Amino acid sequence: MSLLKVNNLKVNFKTYGGTIRAVRNVSFEVDYGETVAIVGESGSGKSVTVQAIMGLIKKPAGEIEKGNILFKGKELLQLSQKQLREIKGKQISMVFQDSMTSLNPTMKVGKQISEVLLYHQHVSKQEAKARAIEMIKEVGIPNAERRYEQYPHEFSGGMRQRIMIAIALACNPDLLIADEPTTALDVTIQAQVLGLLEGIKENKNTSIILITHDLGVVAESADKVIVMYGGMMVEKCSVQELFSNPNHPYTWGLLESIPNVSNKDKERLKPIEGSPPDLFSPPKGCPFAPRCKYAMDICMEEVPRLYDVADGHSSRCFLNDEMAPNIATFSEVEERV
Amino acid sequence: MYIIRRILTMLLTVWVIATLTFIMMKLIPGDPFSTEEGALPEEALANLYAKYGLDDPLPIQYLTYMKNLVTFDLGLSMEGSGRSVNEIIASGIGASATLGLITLVVALVFGITLGILAALYHNSVFDYTAMVIATVGISIPNFILAPLLMKFLAVDLQLFPVANWGTWQHTVLPSLALASGPLAIIARFVRSSMLDVMNQDYMKTADAKGLPTYRIVVLHGIRNAILPVISFIGPLFVSLITGTLVIERIFSIPGIGRYFVDSIFNRDYTVIMGTTIFYSLILVVVLFLIDVSYRFIDPRITLTSKGGS
Repeated sequence: MSLLKVNNLKVNFKTYGGTIRAVRNVSFEVDYGETVAIVGESGSGKSVTVQAIMGLIKKPAGEIEKGNILFKGKELLQLSQKQLREIKGKQISMVFQDSMTSLNPTMKVGKQISEVLLYHQHVSKQEAKARAIEMIKEVGIPNAERRYEQYPHEFSGGMRQRIMIAIALACNPDLLIADEPTTALDVTIQAQVLGLLEGIKENKNTSIILITHDLGVVAESADKVIVMYGGMMVEKCSVQELFSNPNHPYTWGLLESIPNVSNKDKERLKPIEGSPPDLFSPPKGCPFAPRCKYAMDICMEEVPRLYDVADGHSSRCFLNDEMAPNIATFSEVEERV
Repeated sequence: MYIIRRILTMLLTVWVIATLTFIMMKLIPGDPFSTEEGALPEEALANLYAKYGLDDPLPIQYLTYMKNLVTFDLGLSMEGSGRSVNEIIASGIGASATLGLITLVVALVFGITLGILAALYHNSVFDYTAMVIATVGISIPNFILAPLLMKFLAVDLQLFPVANWGTWQHTVLPSLALASGPLAIIARFVRSSMLDVMNQDYMKTADAKGLPTYRIVVLHGIRNAILPVISFIGPLFVSLITGTLVIERIFSIPGIGRYFVDSIFNRDYTVIMGTTIFYSLILVVVLFLIDVSYRFIDPRITLTSKGGS
């Protein structure tokens, strides 16, 4: 049994402008000790997917139309708020994107860590404090005792993200969800934070869902990759497969758009032309079809099913159909990877 | 350093207010002893002017007043009762401050509660009802509300005394009438502030921690939501404790509110000066205390004598 199994998840948001179909039929699994990366551009539904797992999609605005989220075989969507609180922050915890705004500005950071312990582990106040200081040390912040008494504004962005990680890890969760944990940080700090996550996975066998749009990060830390586009999962594969045998044209585009540092020629960056689909009225067919170089007639009409490309590798693209023309694979990308 | 600087600024502020009031007061035509019939004989007027120092040139009068002010001597009322301004303020401030404090507490407790509940049950029937009540509270002036309260709660239901001052029952109607406006403003203010806070990332963090709802709302939400209300409390507090003329009149409460207005009609120079200075002194002190309290309520604020931190 896998740790987390998400099945046909569909999430909508009701707005005055209409219903946004933010996540459409996303299914994936996370095994014990595994890191799953979810990649895709802004608005592709990555964050909404994990927020649904955390029970952060709140009515009346947000609605989980259908799907299952099984955590250790337990259906999270059926749990009461109270039962869900027993899991949130304890067995599944989350690190948010913007460390500058994700900590309560009027509460000492130490207290923000120790309150999780107080509520989930039912320890005494002194013990919670001692453990919190321990956590601050563990995420690599010096002067932990003094830092415990400080407020978020006395910390730098990278330090705050470490505090967020300390909060998330306080109860030794089985699953850590990191929603673009490094996007708001500068490059050197990014490396440190990623290193920290890597260490957690190795030492504590914590499973991680890592949301990112940085394929470099994916290559370094993920085992499995889910590529999302327009609220749909377009490709799912191991990290090796992603770089050696990518199948979906959107994935090709992502790989092509990585800047090539070794190239001495003044080569221009290769963007994916066009813009992401309007989720108020998503296109009838494949969401990527309007931007896809290889789009066929059927792509505009029907949403492709997930085709199995290789073992554990599936792709939502009609090019894999027997009837599809054989296009030259993306030699360009292959050269560069 | 900050404290010393602030105190000096406060003294300067009070001095400027006192000086401006002095000048404006002297610009009002007439004086305390001029009557429409011109009944007083020349010699009597001259005597009175001499008694209150009104025959001196203006700069001398100003300097004399300032000299006395430094020793907290606000002079004698010119009304003829022979009472000193200090006595007048002392006799009225008790009732005014009691009423003001009760009103403030009522407005804060009910205003904040109403605002928070409206935000928590956003877009529900409760929210709409609360906000309609709040709008009514803002729109109905307290001098309309006061007689209505008297009619229904005092005359018809006989729950509270109609007017006068003395026991706690006497404070209920006037403080209700006085509190309705500020209460409504605070409720609306807290509601929008709380709605804003509930959309903050740190509220999502608190939720993701699996904390109980009351802890999320109280510790992470309300604390941040009431910060903006504090700046509103200062001026409200001062205007309430220094008396509100209309309500004190309607309920015949022996506060200092009426001296403010009566003194101007009577050209009672010393009372005008005295009450104005007293009012501004309380205002600057309360504003100072509010600023200092920010330091404890919002850790991001540090008090410095220069701009920025």
